[in-house]
Amino acid sequence: MSELNVGDQVPELKVTPDKYLPHRYAGASGDFNPIHIDPEFAQAVGLPSNILHGLYSMGLVARASAAVADGDPRALKRLSVQFRGMGAPEQEIAVTGTVKSVDGDRVTIDTVATQGENQIIRNAEAEVQL
Amino acid sequence: MGIKTDAVGKEWPGTTYQVGREKIKEYATVLGLDNPVHFDVEAAKAAGFRDVVAPPMFAVVYSAPAVAPAMLDPEVGMNFATMVHGGQEFEWSEPACSGDEITTTPKCLEIYEKDGKGFYVFESVSVNQDGAQVVRAVWTNIVRGV
Repeated sequence: MSELNVGDQVPELKVTPDKYLPHRYAGASGDFNPIHIDPEFAQAVGLPSNILHGLYSMGLVARASAAVADGDPRALKRLSVQFRGMGAPEQEIAVTGTVKSVDGDRVTIDTVATQGENQIIRNAEAEVQL
Repeated sequence: MGIKTDAVGKEWPGTTYQVGREKIKEYATVLGLDNPVHFDVEAAKAAGFRDVVAPPMFAVVYSAPAVAPAMLDPEVGMNFATMVHGGQEFEWSEPACSGDEITTTPKCLEIYEKDGKGFYVFESVSVNQDGAQVVRAVWTNIVRGV
């Protein structure tokens, strides 16, 4: 994207993590907390089932934010998120973002990640160097 | 009951992580990234990197193991049974490439109570083998019922 203006929507990212995505994310990240990979354990501690890693969902927010700079790994300068609702495997995640400010070639994007009505990441703010 | 704040300002020793191509590939794949700079040495070099470059969120891979001893420290005293990861921030500087040796040093920034919850805020700073800062991270954990 060559030109971004305040209020512009960034392209929406939609991803449906499959049943075993949390296992692959555990392997890739090193976070094997059983609440993410063991439905029985998760239910025993009061969760509906095993839940997505918050940092996986944050990774999708990072991907959607950097997409405005064609996925250049140098472009994303800062990303701050709050984890609230729990993400679940096998449900579509939608990451939507709005340009909040433009300062020269640096843009700030406000982002939300949702599964249906459930916000799993909110108040995400990304600074991207174009 | 007041929350224990003795650990505020405490620093822990750094932990060093050696970045490798296959680990970068694995992490980029799980996030669905397709930029060849994460997979192919020649593509990465053509784009100006020393070697295959990590996606920004790979910061989790090299910094989380360094922050764990701080979070587990009894002096911090977090109750893991009711803890959730409440927030996360990364500020990126120098890219992390395969072959880099990245040392991450954690510190306890803040511990405070709000609305019956305990907030435990840690900072970690990661530098590469040349002493250049790669990332600064802020980790916020929230503990219910303190």
